Amino acid sequence: MNTALASTAVGSGSIGSATMLLSNYVFPNDLHVHWSMMIVLYPYITGLVDGAFIIAALYYLFGVKSLRPVARFSLLFALAFLCCATLPLLLHLGRPERNLNMLLTPSPSSAMAGFGYIYAVSMGVLVSIIFFVYRPLLVELRSTSQGWLKVLYRIITLDSIDVSEKARKLDAKIIRFLVAVGIPVAAVLHGYVGFIFGGVKANPTWSTPLMPVIFLFSACVSGISAVILAYIVIRKLTDRPIDHGCIITMVKTLTGFFILAFSFEMLEVFSHSYLKSGYHHMVEGLLNGPLASSFWFWQVKIGSVLPLLVLGIMGIFKLRSPLYNFLAAGVSGILLVQVLIMRWNVVIGGQLMSKSARGYTEFHPLWFDKEGIIAVIIVMAIPFAILFVLGKIFPYWAHENE
Amino acid sequence: MKRRDPLPDMQKRSFLKKVLNGTIAGALYLVYPMNASGFEWPEQIPGVREAYDIHAQKFAFIVDITRCIGCGSCCVADKQEYNVPDGNYRTWVERYVKGFSDQIYVDCPDGGLSGYQTPRSDIQEEIRDTFFVPKLCNMCKEAPCVQVCPVGATFTTPDGFVLVDEKRCVGCAYCIQACPYSVRFIHPKTRVVEKCTWCYHRIRKGLLPACVDVCPTGARKFGSLRDETSEVYKILKGPGVLTVLRKEMGTWPALYYKGARMEVI
Repeated sequence: MNTALASTAVGSGSIGSATMLLSNYVFPNDLHVHWSMMIVLYPYITGLVDGAFIIAALYYLFGVKSLRPVARFSLLFALAFLCCATLPLLLHLGRPERNLNMLLTPSPSSAMAGFGYIYAVSMGVLVSIIFFVYRPLLVELRSTSQGWLKVLYRIITLDSIDVSEKARKLDAKIIRFLVAVGIPVAAVLHGYVGFIFGGVKANPTWSTPLMPVIFLFSACVSGISAVILAYIVIRKLTDRPIDHGCIITMVKTLTGFFILAFSFEMLEVFSHSYLKSGYHHMVEGLLNGPLASSFWFWQVKIGSVLPLLVLGIMGIFKLRSPLYNFLAAGVSGILLVQVLIMRWNVVIGGQLMSKSARGYTEFHPLWFDKEGIIAVIIVMAIPFAILFVLGKIFPYWAHENE
Repeated sequence: MKRRDPLPDMQKRSFLKKVLNGTIAGALYLVYPMNASGFEWPEQIPGVREAYDIHAQKFAFIVDITRCIGCGSCCVADKQEYNVPDGNYRTWVERYVKGFSDQIYVDCPDGGLSGYQTPRSDIQEEIRDTFFVPKLCNMCKEAPCVQVCPVGATFTTPDGFVLVDEKRCVGCAYCIQACPYSVRFIHPKTRVVEKCTWCYHRIRKGLLPACVDVCPTGARKFGSLRDETSEVYKILKGPGVLTVLRKEMGTWPALYYKGARMEVI
């Protein structure tokens, strides 16, 4: 099929004058989409980490007290996903056994070479924050637990049981400092992921300074949505009350970030459309051709306009808390899918355009492949397994009424 | 008159064998002149076999579009030289057809491996012009692939060649995304990136790139810019118009095109 695509030049001049140059010719090496679903997951997962971290930062650094019920949970949520952020990359690499070359012998001119270091710093900061946030509770659990769990808590607390007032005050200062450091680190982690795409001048849909900004705001949207949805679902499943004030604050924060994210996404499209420069006909043909359904219908109409309306209703009208929570969960679910589709449209969609500037290739995901659909499901399931295990060691909701 | 006895069969066979061997040996001697050290291919790039100063050498590759006949010999030679896997291309030849409506029709079945033996039959309008465009690595002086490679597996040699160290490459494909000319691919067996090298291994031995060597019309030209008698030197020094592909990318290719129409991307 691919060969046929390369060998066939279907004149598409009839579509309109803007597409005169298109003859559906794809460079022979462009028929294959080299960055597939694992590279869609990579920014998605780092985005979830960033968004969840924002929630924690709002509480621990900016003192948004209403977010207290989810502050610790969002940290653990971020950690669970950060643990798996490298999984898609390793599955994608042709020679994953050489991955440490990026850390040991990096090329300073490459944006990609920085990932290992940025990732390591993010992980260090996040683990440190969790350590100091949970330290008093871990000391308490150490004294009440038995067997291997007691040994584990002893190791995690570094064999320190000092939870005096003085120690706690110091902990609080350290947490604020670490979170203050963590915000730029988280922003760099994900803005940088956007820059990996934005720095590819050969691809007109990626090559924009807006790319890191778009990625960053959509990351916040996906992470906050994930925390809202996970909080509501877990509380429902464990038959615990849902803190309505907390949900309201998260939804308001989500609304703000989503307006920014959607505005920048649309700004990018409309700029291309208005300027009509260089590769406009290619980008226009892409969005109205191969991506017509996944971009305009799923990402924009269902994934963006619909949530904006719902968020508007939630913001303007005074709704009863069960309905508000239901809508919050629903809109969060839609936005989680929206961000995933947005990643797909950027990563896969961008590669459907051949550098011949004359045609588009096709992408058909495989089920059983190291970058296939089954692998995607497994990679996305692992963080939840990690989150479950983390919850057993670091209880999400302990002392929540204090 | 005494009748001569015919030669016995064995003697005739032996005689013919000797004649045949002599002919082959003579022909080989003409093609591969021998010296004291054994076989040595004739030098195709003058001066390269002398002390090779890697920092002083400079080469250029010129594709003359007006000469290409789309026979595909270059693609076959390249595939044989490197055992290029099917569906991937280190070099290829595109066919451009331009109609009077200014619509451009481009195709490249099998990368031009089979040659363009029949005209296109699916174009309805009157054709204004048609030509072939060989494509290969542009050996950019500001190579985006070199810039983005996270482990330095893609590098530029002091004599201007962009090469890939297959023992270092991690197969991330970032260079494939960065290359504006799409000359790179992931080899399905080695799982690392591969691309045209302008046959660097041959050049270092004073031989022309395989595709240049087999081109029957001289559409592909390669030579040293330190050699003032080389064809590429004369073309580059002369007044003829040369272009590079996708100049707006700022990659400064060392691959020049002669006679390339503005439609060529």
